[in-house]
Amino acid sequence: MVDLTRVWDVLVAGGGNAALSAAITARRAGASVLLVEHAPHSMRGGNSRHTRNLRALHPAPTDVLTESYLEEEYWDDLLRVTGGKTDEHLARMCIRASQHAPDFLKSCGVVFQPSLSGTLSLSRTNAFFLGGGKALVNALYRTAEQLGIGILYDTEVQHIDVQDGFATEAIISHHGFPERVRFKALIASAGGFQANRDWLRKYWGDAADNFQIRGTPYAQGRLLRDLLDQGVQEVGDPTQFHAVANDARAPMEDGGLAMRLDCVPFAVVVNRDVERFYDEGEDVWPKRYAIWGRLIAQQPGQVAFAVTDSKALHNYLPSVFPPYKADSIAELAGMAGIDAGKLEKVIADYNAAVRPGTFQPMKPDDCRTEGLTPPKSHWARLIDTPPFYCHPLKPGITFTFLGVKVSDRARIIMADGKPSANMFASGEIMAGNILGQGYLAGFGMTIGTVFGRLAGEEAARNVRN
Amino acid sequence: MLQENETTAEARRHMAVCNACRYCESYCAVFPAMTMRREFSTGDLTHLANLCHGCKGCYHACQYAPPHEFGINLPVTFAEIRAQSYAHYAWPRAMGTLFERNGTVVTLAAAIGVTLVLLLTMALVDPSILYTAQRGEGAFFRVIPMWLMVSLAGGTFGYAIIAMMIGGIRYWREVGGGAPAPAPLVDTAVDILTLRNLGGGGHGCNDVDDSFSSQKRWLHQAAFYGFMLCFAATTTGAIYHHFLGLRSPHPFFSLPVQLGTWGGVLLCLGTAGLIRLKIITDPMPVAKRLVGGEYAMLSLLFLVSATGLLLLVVRHTGAMGVMLALHLGLVLALFVALPYSKMVHGVYRGLALWRHAREKRGSGMVAAE
Repeated sequence: MVDLTRVWDVLVAGGGNAALSAAITARRAGASVLLVEHAPHSMRGGNSRHTRNLRALHPAPTDVLTESYLEEEYWDDLLRVTGGKTDEHLARMCIRASQHAPDFLKSCGVVFQPSLSGTLSLSRTNAFFLGGGKALVNALYRTAEQLGIGILYDTEVQHIDVQDGFATEAIISHHGFPERVRFKALIASAGGFQANRDWLRKYWGDAADNFQIRGTPYAQGRLLRDLLDQGVQEVGDPTQFHAVANDARAPMEDGGLAMRLDCVPFAVVVNRDVERFYDEGEDVWPKRYAIWGRLIAQQPGQVAFAVTDSKALHNYLPSVFPPYKADSIAELAGMAGIDAGKLEKVIADYNAAVRPGTFQPMKPDDCRTEGLTPPKSHWARLIDTPPFYCHPLKPGITFTFLGVKVSDRARIIMADGKPSANMFASGEIMAGNILGQGYLAGFGMTIGTVFGRLAGEEAARNVRN
Repeated sequence: MLQENETTAEARRHMAVCNACRYCESYCAVFPAMTMRREFSTGDLTHLANLCHGCKGCYHACQYAPPHEFGINLPVTFAEIRAQSYAHYAWPRAMGTLFERNGTVVTLAAAIGVTLVLLLTMALVDPSILYTAQRGEGAFFRVIPMWLMVSLAGGTFGYAIIAMMIGGIRYWREVGGGAPAPAPLVDTAVDILTLRNLGGGGHGCNDVDDSFSSQKRWLHQAAFYGFMLCFAATTTGAIYHHFLGLRSPHPFFSLPVQLGTWGGVLLCLGTAGLIRLKIITDPMPVAKRLVGGEYAMLSLLFLVSATGLLLLVVRHTGAMGVMLALHLGLVLALFVALPYSKMVHGVYRGLALWRHAREKRGSGMVAAE
């Protein structure tokens, strides 16, 4: 039974990895901690539930990471995906601290996989959680319970009373009942607003109705909005989000990782009007998969169709929902509900432009088109061997980039540039400080763990002083 | 081959999600075996279901577990398919129906076994033997004649072995096991003897809830090795009798009694512990329809070993006769029920592990592990 009449040292708003890392760290430092999770027990953990790994610096091989991954390479990777939209000081601090993230999580009962046999060859840069993010979340909650952290499920933090950068109390909805929580320090770890369709609609209009939310439906951004409205400084482009190519038939929310499709490099992709719109073979998929959600979001109807033939079927991971399958392109177009004549022409034009080469599925090969706009730079093979396949695609949003500004000690910065006296943040709600655009696999969990630990340390110190 | 039905369709739906997710790849043999396939015939599903040890790691780690709309619950789905395969490959075929309401079947077998042996004893020997202390060489056989003991136990055990072998052969052929290869048998033996797939990669399984423990692995080992020791006790007893001319009851520190005692203790501990785990475990990843048969078989094994130990304790008293009849009746029931109970999982699990070991070698996955 959680006591809501007492004054808690630290209130953690949120229930994913970033919130739990913060709560556990603050509790270990001696603070009394109340963690408030919007989701019910079965759906707890925010987007962490859908994650799989975290990216960690390591100068030498460890039990969970191969070879080495040093600061400069990590920084270069980040610089490339963000196109420079990052904060170098915060980013490098986070990269350096990432070295200790796996050990911290292990100390919280998280088990890592020894190595990976899957298709994304990330075992050099990323440490994989055994069983994935939900297993991690389970371990963290178990540790939190053992440490005596108060945990409320089905409870949303709806409002924080902020006076001159100082948070005094929170209004929460606990199983639908309004309650007040008093605390000495706040850690905001309640994620972005990607599941808030009305908010997305402000920037994207009706297109927002066609966006699939890959992760938790509880990422409503209520705390983010509340803090920004009370003079907290914002970072990140509010209109932008990270999105991947999802199966168009996926659930609109919470479909998770298995809904993503990575057939694009081996396919020809057309939009609803049966026009190609981007080079499908620009680069290896791990480097390119993150742009396709946005590309599809910009197409009419927010839908696209990836067409392959039987040669390509085993070059990518199987999809949960079977692709449309037909013995002719025209029949395939009929199943997908697009113009058959146009699709036949697109495929014929493409086939005519394919140049001979040596197909190598795992690296950029010399199979490309010539005289085609847009080109297909790699993995371009004739689409001529029935049965033909078509995967319908829609954008699946992973997270939004808008966030609260923080210092290198995870302290929230107010709009006037002054640090908040007792508010800290970790996870997606502040990831925009470092990730201005793009994404690096496993970096969200790194930011969550690193800033979670910092926020926990700082909040506990704040309480002691 | 198993008929297509709701459960196989459900398992195929599960495989579609799991094969696109693959987060569980390091838990056990099921997931590497799954990734080798894109299409799942009922034979493949039967193979994967029997490869599953029911550790429940994949359920507790699953982002798609209920109440998610995908409702992924592999431990339950595979347990259902396993049960269907036990019934389907039972020999004679008609006996497969005994897997329905299996708890009742096993309990009835136990009751009938005990009653039968008691009645036979009373009919064949002076009923007062049942209540009077019997000492010295051949004491047991004064209660139950040796010819009867050997023919009952030997006959039922022999029948069980034959029935399970026929089931195993039919399973292997229909599921598509291919030509049996001897080399992977070493891997298979290691998998079975160490219960590697209940290791979860070293930290254990989700025996009770989402925390990890090795309880189920240790308890199953206790039951398994206890059973094997009891079997060894009987075998050495027979060797003593027929080749060394030593007649039971043997002294406490003799080999057969020592093997039987420790085997019985382990079997008691293992089965009692497994029953406890079944009671306290999170019921969500458990196929409720099937637990009756599992409780009944675990209880029968417990009673067999407990009465065996009690027989040792009371063997020089007037309670020996009844205890012996009770023990033999339960052993008889165990042997009769063997091919039509949860115990057949050993046959099909072993075959599934054997097939998996060969597939692993074929795909070069051994080096990757």
